[in-house]
Amino acid sequence: MPIEIKMPALSPTMEEGTLAKWLVKEGDEVKAGDIMAEIETDKATMEFEAVDEGRITKIAVAEGTDGVKVGTVIALLEGEDDGSGESTPAPAAKESEPRPSPEDPNKTGSEAKAAPEDVEDHGKPADSQVAGSAAPASGTPAPQRAAGERVKASPLARRIAAERNVDLASVSGTGPNGRIVRADVEGAKTGAAAPVASTAAPAPTAEAAAPAPRPATIPDVPHELTKLSNMRKTIARRLTESKQQVPHIYLTVDVELDKLLKLRGELNAGLEARGVKLSVNDLLIKALAVALIQVPKCNVMFTPDQLVSFGRADISVAVSTPEGLITPVITEADTASLSSISTRMKDLAARARDKKLKPEEFTGGTASISNMGMFGIKQFEAVINPPQGMILAIGAGEKRPWVLKDGTLGVASVMSATGSFDHRAIDGADGAQLMQAFKQLVENPLAMLA
Amino acid sequence: MADTYDLIVLGSGPGGYVSAIRAAQLGLKVAIVERERLGGICLNWGCIPTKALLRTSEVYHYMTHAADYGLKADNVGFDLTKIVERSRKVAGQLNAGVKGLMKKNKVTVVEGVGALTGKGKLSVKQGGGTVELEAKHIIVATGARARDLPFAKADGKRIWTYRHAMVPEEMPTKLLVIGSGAIGIEFASFYNDMGADVTVVEMLPRILPVEDEEVSAFMEKRLTKEGIKILTGAGVEKIETGAASVKATIKGKDGKSATEEYSHVVVAIGIVPNTENIGLETLGVQTERGHIKVDGYGRTNVEGIYAIGDVTGAPWLAHKASHEGVVCVEKIAGQDPHPFETWNIPGCTYSRPQVASVGLTEAKAKESGRQVKVGKFPFIGNGKAIALGEADGFVKTVFDAKTGELLGAHMVGAEVTELIQGYVVARQLETTEHELMETVFAHPTLSEMMHESVLGAYNRALHI
Repeated sequence: MPIEIKMPALSPTMEEGTLAKWLVKEGDEVKAGDIMAEIETDKATMEFEAVDEGRITKIAVAEGTDGVKVGTVIALLEGEDDGSGESTPAPAAKESEPRPSPEDPNKTGSEAKAAPEDVEDHGKPADSQVAGSAAPASGTPAPQRAAGERVKASPLARRIAAERNVDLASVSGTGPNGRIVRADVEGAKTGAAAPVASTAAPAPTAEAAAPAPRPATIPDVPHELTKLSNMRKTIARRLTESKQQVPHIYLTVDVELDKLLKLRGELNAGLEARGVKLSVNDLLIKALAVALIQVPKCNVMFTPDQLVSFGRADISVAVSTPEGLITPVITEADTASLSSISTRMKDLAARARDKKLKPEEFTGGTASISNMGMFGIKQFEAVINPPQGMILAIGAGEKRPWVLKDGTLGVASVMSATGSFDHRAIDGADGAQLMQAFKQLVENPLAMLA
Repeated sequence: MADTYDLIVLGSGPGGYVSAIRAAQLGLKVAIVERERLGGICLNWGCIPTKALLRTSEVYHYMTHAADYGLKADNVGFDLTKIVERSRKVAGQLNAGVKGLMKKNKVTVVEGVGALTGKGKLSVKQGGGTVELEAKHIIVATGARARDLPFAKADGKRIWTYRHAMVPEEMPTKLLVIGSGAIGIEFASFYNDMGADVTVVEMLPRILPVEDEEVSAFMEKRLTKEGIKILTGAGVEKIETGAASVKATIKGKDGKSATEEYSHVVVAIGIVPNTENIGLETLGVQTERGHIKVDGYGRTNVEGIYAIGDVTGAPWLAHKASHEGVVCVEKIAGQDPHPFETWNIPGCTYSRPQVASVGLTEAKAKESGRQVKVGKFPFIGNGKAIALGEADGFVKTVFDAKTGELLGAHMVGAEVTELIQGYVVARQLETTEHELMETVFAHPTLSEMMHESVLGAYNRALHI
C-alpha cells in the first residue's frame, strides 16, 4: 500500500504553506533523511525530509502551489515490497513528521518553559510569540469561537467528523464565513484536541481573519498589485489582533548612555582578540532581560483566566528583512554573557534575512525589543507581540543638552526608550518600575554584568 | 503607442465576457478582443440558438400530437426559413445584450484577430491596420471548434458541423449524425422531430457515453422508439460526397461494413481547442494534448498569461468557462477565491427527452472503492409528469453509504435540465441524504421525484 506523504507542520503554528520546490520527481527512490522538497511557511523556507524509504509514485501537489493545508497529501511513496496501485486508498497512511513538534520530549527543560503546550495547559490555545507566526496550531485553531457558539459546518463535514472522531470545535473552516467543509475535516487530525477545546475559556471576540477589508475599488491611479506573501499576511493578522485586543499603555524614559558607551568600548577592546564586537543593542537586550528579572511582574503573559509568569527572560529581537518583520529569540538573555548574546544575535539576524530560521528560533520569547535608533528615530511606540506582555522601543542615541548630576547644563549621549505594556496583565506602576530598572541598568551598566 | 490596460481578455465567449465583467467590477481597466461576434460560440452559434431550434421541434411535436391532449390541429406544417430566422433573432438579441453589458461595465471592446506578441503585449489585426494593446494580465479565452473527420472535411453543403446544422437551407431527408455526445443527440432529436430519417453512429458501446449507463440505455431505447436508428460500437470508414447525397460506409458492431446513402451528415465527434496563431509559442505557453495547461486559478506557466474555458480542457461547457473566468480574475485582483474544481459541474442535453446529470455515475462511484446506495424513481410515479403527458424518464441518485454524501445524480425525462440544479446546490452545500429527506418539495411538481429518488436510495420511497 502506498504511503501518503502529507504536507508537514514545520512549525507548531503552521496551518498551511507554499510548496516552493520539489527536489525529487516521480519515479525517484528516496530514503529516510533525503531532502524531498522546499516548503515555505509563514516565516521561513524549510527543507522537508523523507521519513520513509521507497519510490515516489506520484507528486500530487505541483511546486509553486501555495496555501497547501497541513495534512494535504502532497505525494505518494511506494515501499519496496509494495506493488499496489497508487489509486488505492491508504487509510493507514503515515503522518510525515520530519521535525520535532513542540511537545517533543527531547526539548530541553529550559526551552519548555515558554513552549506552547505550557500555555495550553493554562487554558489558552496554543499561540506563537512572534509577530509573524501566530497562526493557531494545526488541529487546535478554535480560539475565535466563544464557548457554546454554534459551530458552522456542512452536514457532510459533521458526518465525517463524527465518524473519524474529530472535534469540530477544533477545526478551522475554509468555507464561506468560516464554515467547516468536508476538506477541512479530512485534513484534521483524528481525535484532535477535544479536551483543550472544551476547557478553553471564551476567547477575545474579534475575528482573526483578514485584518483589513480590501477596498472594494482601487482608485484610478497607476498602480501595481503585489500578492501578499504568507509572512506579510501573518504579520498583518497578528498585529491587527494585537492592536484590537490588547490595551496598550506606553511609558517613555530618557536614558543617559555615556557610561554604557564607555563600557562597550572597554569590553570591545578586550574582546577584539576573540573576534567579538558588542553592539549597543546587545547591551540593551541584556539590560532589558535583567530588568525583567528584577521586575517579574512585567515578565508575564496574559491568558483569559490565568497569568503566566516566566522565570527567565527570553528576548525576541525585531529584525527587518526584505519580506517583513521577524523576531528571532535570544534565550536566557538574563544570564547569558554579553559575548554569547552578541554572537548569537549576529548569526540569527543573518539567517533571518536568508529566511533560514528554524521555527523554534523565532517562537517562544517572553518579551521583545525593537531598535530604530539606526534610522535616527527619536522615539516611538511599538506594537506588542502577542501573547507577550511587553515590548521595548529604542530610539536613537544622540548628544542632547542634559542637566548633569551637579545641576548644571551640559551635553550627554541620551536615548529615549518606550515600553508598550499589555494593560490587562501589567499595571502602569509595574511598567514604570521596569522602565526605571532598565534606565538604571543602562546608566550603571556594570550592574547588569554582576 | 499601445493602449494600456490592467487586463486584456482574448475571446468574448461565456468565459471571456464574464471575466471582463467581473474584472471591471473589481476596479480593473479591461479590454476584450473578439474576432467575430460578442458572446462567442455559446450565444451566437451554440447553446442558445440550438435551444431556440429545439423549442421549435418540441412545439411541433406537441402540435403533431395535439390529439393526445384533446386538441385538434390539422394541416400542421413548418417554414424552415422562419425557424432559422427565429433562432438567429434569439442569438442576435443576446449578442446585443452582451454589447450592453460591456458598455455598462466600461469594458473596451476591440474587434479583430488578437495574438500575443510578447509579455503583456497583444496585437489585434483589424481590416487593414493593427492595434497594439498592453496589459499586466492577459486571459486567453479563445474556446474551441468542431473536430473534423480526417477523411471528410465539413463543407457546409452535404457535410455539416454544428454550425451548418443550425442554419439549414433545406431540410435533410435522411440524416447521419456522427457522434452521440450532447451536440450529436440534440441535432438528432431536432431533425427527427422535424420529420427527417435520422441515424446516429457512435464508436463507443453506448450513446451519451459520459452519462450514467442506465441513462444511456434508457435514451437508446427511447430514441429508437422515436424513430432514430442508433448504431453503437460502430465507426464511419468512408464518406463519398455526391452532388445530391453522401454515401457513408459504416463498420458495425458485428465487424461488417455497409454503405448507405444520406442527404446530409452532421459531424459531432468532439472539439479542438483554438490555440493556433494566437502567439502562445512566442511566449512558450505550455499546452497538454492541445489544451493550455493551467492551475486552479487559470495561471499558465508564463507569468501574466492565463487561460480559461474550452481552450484549457474538459468539461467543454459554457458554465465551466464562466466560473473559471471569475476565479481567475478574482485571484488576479488579489482576492482569495477557492481554486476552480470540476467535481460539481452539471451537464445538460436538451434533446426530447432531456438528460441532466452531476457528479459520479454509479459505475464511477463504485470504481472509486466506495460503498454506494442508489435510488431511482420513475416519471410514471409522479402526478405532475402524468398530467403533463410526460410519464417517461427517471431520477437516479447515488449516495456514499458511509457518509451520506450525494455522489451523483442522473436524470432523464421532461424538464430535467431545470431540475438538476437542486442537486448541484445540495452538493455544493455538502448536504447528506438526511437534509434532502427532511426537505419539503412542492406538490405537484416534477421535483418531487428528486425527493423520492433520495428516499428510494434508503428504501423509503413513498410512491412506488
